[in-house]
Amino acid sequence: MTAETAAEMDRIVARYPNSRSAVMPLLHLMQSEQGEITIGAIGAIAERLDLTTAEVSAVSTFYTMYKRRRVGEHHIGVCTNTLCAVLGGDAVYDALSRRLGIGHNETTPDGRFHLERIECQAACTHAPVMTVDWEFMDDQTPASAVGVIDRLDAGEPVASTRGPMIRDFAATEHTLAFPDDGLAGEGTPVDALMLAGLTVARERGMSAPAANSQQGQESQQSVESEESSR
Amino acid sequence: MSTPLTPVITEHWDHPDLFTLEGYRRTGGYTALAKALSMDPDAIIGTVKDSGLRGRGGAGFPTGLKWSFVPQGDGKPHYLVVNADESEPGACKDVPIMIANPHALVEGVIITSFAIRANHAFIYIRGEVPEAIRRVANAVREAEAAGLIGTNILGSGFDLKITVHSGAGAYICGEETALLDSLEGYRGQPRLKPPFPAVAGLYASPTVVNNVETITNIPWIVNNGADWFRQFGTEKSPGFKVFAVSGHVRRPGIYEAPLGITMRELLDYAGGMREGSEVKFWIPGGSSVPMLTAEHLDVPLTYEAMAEIGTMLGTGTPMVFDQTVSVVKAVTRWLEFYKHESCGKCTPCREGTYWITGVLQRFEEGRGTDPDLDLLNELCSQIMGRSFCALGDAAATPFPAAVKLFRDEFLTATTTPVDESFDPARSYVFTADALEGVNA
Repeated sequence: MTAETAAEMDRIVARYPNSRSAVMPLLHLMQSEQGEITIGAIGAIAERLDLTTAEVSAVSTFYTMYKRRRVGEHHIGVCTNTLCAVLGGDAVYDALSRRLGIGHNETTPDGRFHLERIECQAACTHAPVMTVDWEFMDDQTPASAVGVIDRLDAGEPVASTRGPMIRDFAATEHTLAFPDDGLAGEGTPVDALMLAGLTVARERGMSAPAANSQQGQESQQSVESEESSR
Repeated sequence: MSTPLTPVITEHWDHPDLFTLEGYRRTGGYTALAKALSMDPDAIIGTVKDSGLRGRGGAGFPTGLKWSFVPQGDGKPHYLVVNADESEPGACKDVPIMIANPHALVEGVIITSFAIRANHAFIYIRGEVPEAIRRVANAVREAEAAGLIGTNILGSGFDLKITVHSGAGAYICGEETALLDSLEGYRGQPRLKPPFPAVAGLYASPTVVNNVETITNIPWIVNNGADWFRQFGTEKSPGFKVFAVSGHVRRPGIYEAPLGITMRELLDYAGGMREGSEVKFWIPGGSSVPMLTAEHLDVPLTYEAMAEIGTMLGTGTPMVFDQTVSVVKAVTRWLEFYKHESCGKCTPCREGTYWITGVLQRFEEGRGTDPDLDLLNELCSQIMGRSFCALGDAAATPFPAAVKLFRDEFLTATTTPVDESFDPARSYVFTADALEGVNA
């Protein structure tokens, strides 16, 4: 282990009153360096936290995001939970599976892409949802999803639909260990769907009653009269 | 007269710099914190109690009451843990809040910590949403740099540390005691209650676990008061709600409105159903609550009215499915999810989700049998109420609700595969063109 990694481990442990709480971010850190959770990584974490390897293994095998096989350069997720699936996620997954020649939880022989059917990604308003290295790629079609792979494959820059430019799986895993990655201002993560209600409210002159309750009642009434006159 | 939309939490989401400290301050951000720090902490708990705010994570427990369970003057450290593990199928409102307005959450965290006398707060965010994680972490760092987090905040003598913690893909960690075990560095499995977290939570110390949206309400309640908050909603369901409408509607998205708005009204704001489409079934708040049909569109979306018709408001994130969707396929997919996410602790849930899924898959392939329907009901009844946490109950919910409403569809699936009765392509939200390019 490098001195830099050891220092990063110390910084993570310092966040918690009890060092054992650091086990999850430390697993993310190790995965960012090795692309999977290795026996060596489990040993290093166990030693740093004064745990048994069995205790660290028990944690790493419980959580879906910790992988016991090398993920490769890019992790590709497609939500195939009910809503995304019926809105087209199943077709998106099938198209990607054909394009990459691999199935669920498999990595291409060249180590560039790993495909996973993922569970609900908390983006149902943006279905069908795909993720690249866990960054949002919202509102996909089979053609657009394959296009994303084509561009990544050609080494072209790809922007997340709500988030930064795509980096790689290792970089995202590092963000999960050190969340303040300096990329919060990249991209335009608030999109039209997140503003859907606000947009309608503005169009129809609706607003919440203000703090002063009398004023509040007036504005409520004005909304009501406007509504009834429509 | 219809219920107007009331953007409060979402009011300034179109400001491109709202996620920054400066942008948030321009909208009045952190004025509630200054006010709160000049108040008696018990008075803040009192205000939140008076507001009637109920937990927005799904269960709807009164927030102020939860806070008041924390024993004061007990000499133990207290903790606030924000549940940002939003993973319920259909729920997609906490992640947008964290992306669009992370400082409102952070301000709520500081105020809540002050009220319950916690000097360390944790924000546990599911690992699959790095964009939400980095924006919240960025807000925490900015607030620290501005002296809003740290020692002697704004000269009040109050100290607070906030730690942003990334999860690693486990729906069960949305259950509050499983979340605490996970945060302590264990497998995320639920604990037996009592003791409740308010007495013995994180590191066996008094802990409040609140949902993201719940905590985000706090700055507005502190600034504007309980009476203002109660102008919205009903007596038993006061306030506004960040609804997330998804499915076969013209304009899916975030719609903030008072509790008590109806699904028909929300549908209208969302532009109605897509062309040639009608509501077949919808779910008010995540796959863990029973489904409804078009006949329930005029029932107010409140905790009490949803309970009266045998479902729950849940997360308040309606999913709407049209006539092209097979209810058999929908339920099967949800059970595959619960099977995958069952933590394995309790036998009824671990084994039951496995067997229910297997039987449902037979129906999906057109090989179900009439007696299988009774078998499924029996399996569900053997999970319901027989596991530690609500995941088991949730897994036992979709099938009984669906078969009550759509029994014929299950019977059709005893002879005909679901994909033959319901061409999957008809429920896609893109056209055949988007498919053809890649099928060639």
